[in-house]
Amino acid sequence: MQSIRNNVGVFLSFSSPTFIWLILFFIVPLGIVWLYSFGENVSLTEIETTWTLDNYRRMLEPEILKLMGRSVWLAFASTIICLLVGFPMALVIATASPNAKPWLLLLIMLPFWTNLLIRTYALLNILGTRGRLNDLLRWLYEQADALINTIGLGNLGLLGDGFTPLKMLGTPAGVIYGIVYVSLPFAILPIYSSLERMDKSLLEASMDLGGSQWQTAKNVLIPLAMPGVITAAIITFIPALGQFLTPDLLGRGQVDMIANVIERQFKRANDWPFGSAISLTLLYATFMLLAIRSFNDAARAKRASKR
Amino acid sequence: MPLFQKNNTAGPFDYSRKWLLRMVFIVGTVFLYAPIVVLIIFSFNDSKRGGNIIWKGFTTKYYTKAFGNEELMLAFGNSLTIAVASTVISVLLGALTAIVLWRFRFPFKPVYEGLVSLPIVIPEICMGVSLAMFFSQMGWMQTGDSHWPFNLTNIIIAHITFSFPFAAMVIRTRLQSFNREMEEAAKDLGASEFRVFKDILLPHMKPGLVAGALLAFTLSLDDFVITFFTSGPNTVTFPVKIYSMVRFSVTPEINAASTVLIIMTLVLTFIALRYQRVDSTS
Repeated sequence: MQSIRNNVGVFLSFSSPTFIWLILFFIVPLGIVWLYSFGENVSLTEIETTWTLDNYRRMLEPEILKLMGRSVWLAFASTIICLLVGFPMALVIATASPNAKPWLLLLIMLPFWTNLLIRTYALLNILGTRGRLNDLLRWLYEQADALINTIGLGNLGLLGDGFTPLKMLGTPAGVIYGIVYVSLPFAILPIYSSLERMDKSLLEASMDLGGSQWQTAKNVLIPLAMPGVITAAIITFIPALGQFLTPDLLGRGQVDMIANVIERQFKRANDWPFGSAISLTLLYATFMLLAIRSFNDAARAKRASKR
Repeated sequence: MPLFQKNNTAGPFDYSRKWLLRMVFIVGTVFLYAPIVVLIIFSFNDSKRGGNIIWKGFTTKYYTKAFGNEELMLAFGNSLTIAVASTVISVLLGALTAIVLWRFRFPFKPVYEGLVSLPIVIPEICMGVSLAMFFSQMGWMQTGDSHWPFNLTNIIIAHITFSFPFAAMVIRTRLQSFNREMEEAAKDLGASEFRVFKDILLPHMKPGLVAGALLAFTLSLDDFVITFFTSGPNTVTFPVKIYSMVRFSVTPEINAASTVLIIMTLVLTFIALRYQRVDSTS
């Protein structure tokens, strides 16, 4: 690492292209969003920044609040499912043999490289009322039904009158399924890397001191993996909250989330100021989550240095 | 290894050998792959429009149809052009950023670093909206009427903005393994600053540059949301075209086109992995 004092020229020529690019195509556009969020439509095509707070006030309308609440709970539910499924999967990869490890990681990462739109589109075939998921459930139902009949409990009607297909498209369940599907790899990787770094002798110490498998997992393994779990939760939750495609294609307009409302302001309703205000709110929420994460990291670093 | 074997041979912490955890892993993997496999299978489905749910026999006619679809092929060409252009500039900007962050100590460095990583973390819909407003404010939204490939400028700029920070990250990781003594030795032997850069630093960076380029390329091909907002009505990329086809009606043709893209991405990923393997053995 060198100080810039002796070669200001080199430093400037290397750092300014990026700096100028980011100012021009990142900061200025966000600045325009910020200005427009205090603006109003004065004519069909013109927007004037009048420093009105109406756009922000409109977000307190029950309709919008309900939508934001729904976005938060769908993102939250998807994140929890991702963590519950992702933790055991990460644990398997982290403790696999050194030869198998890169392949297992690749197995998890490959779908992640596939186009997001294509992956979401692929779910349409799976989740439909006559789709593959319902085929599977029907098959399971028939097997269970046959089993019950063979053991002679057929006339008790334990399974109801017949198989009713699960309705997933256009329901919150379908949207959650979609978000979990696209974000599971995001959740697995940070948990994996924290498990990978873990000192295995701590687990052995717990067992030597008489802890059971379960106690060791609960009191040693999971607390030690916690930083990874928190990172996983945050990097799953942020994109989930801003999901556009999943609610759009799988929710069929019945289960809109924040991004769908933003899109509508720009593409159909032509209400850019309101769209800007919602976008910024989403952005502030993101920053808050990131701040929580860095506080969490800083606190952990402090504790580690005291040890 | 049988599923119910006692863990005598394995230690108590070989979680990967516990059958319950293995089951979760297998079910999770099936969950990730089944939709893609089904999508590929149904690209060969001989069914009429909208009947993409029920299998009606094998055919390859939808591949012929997809390749014969002029608009789709135009969109595909646009996507590739955008990906190539944005990759070249992203790698350039990414390399510069990586060198600056790796080499120099300067005031406000954390601010610079944070600024560079911002495009990675902000929700893509926010970025799409902000760029769309920026382009229309600048009066650039009409570029859709100008000649190819200049009508793609907006989209290329947008793609560079979200992909160069990723490239910078990859290249910076590579730089961290650079041995500074090599540089000092070259300087002691009379090499100029530029020679050191060209003959020593650049060759060392090469695998990072390739990995960064492949990442930028896939990110560009993959993007839908930001492109959806920044593209004019006449500039359509592959994902945007697929999206409008899906909204119109679900046909095996979409599956065929998607399969082609999936295979392309797979090939690119494997090239990237091979490069990294060469990189780690050398």
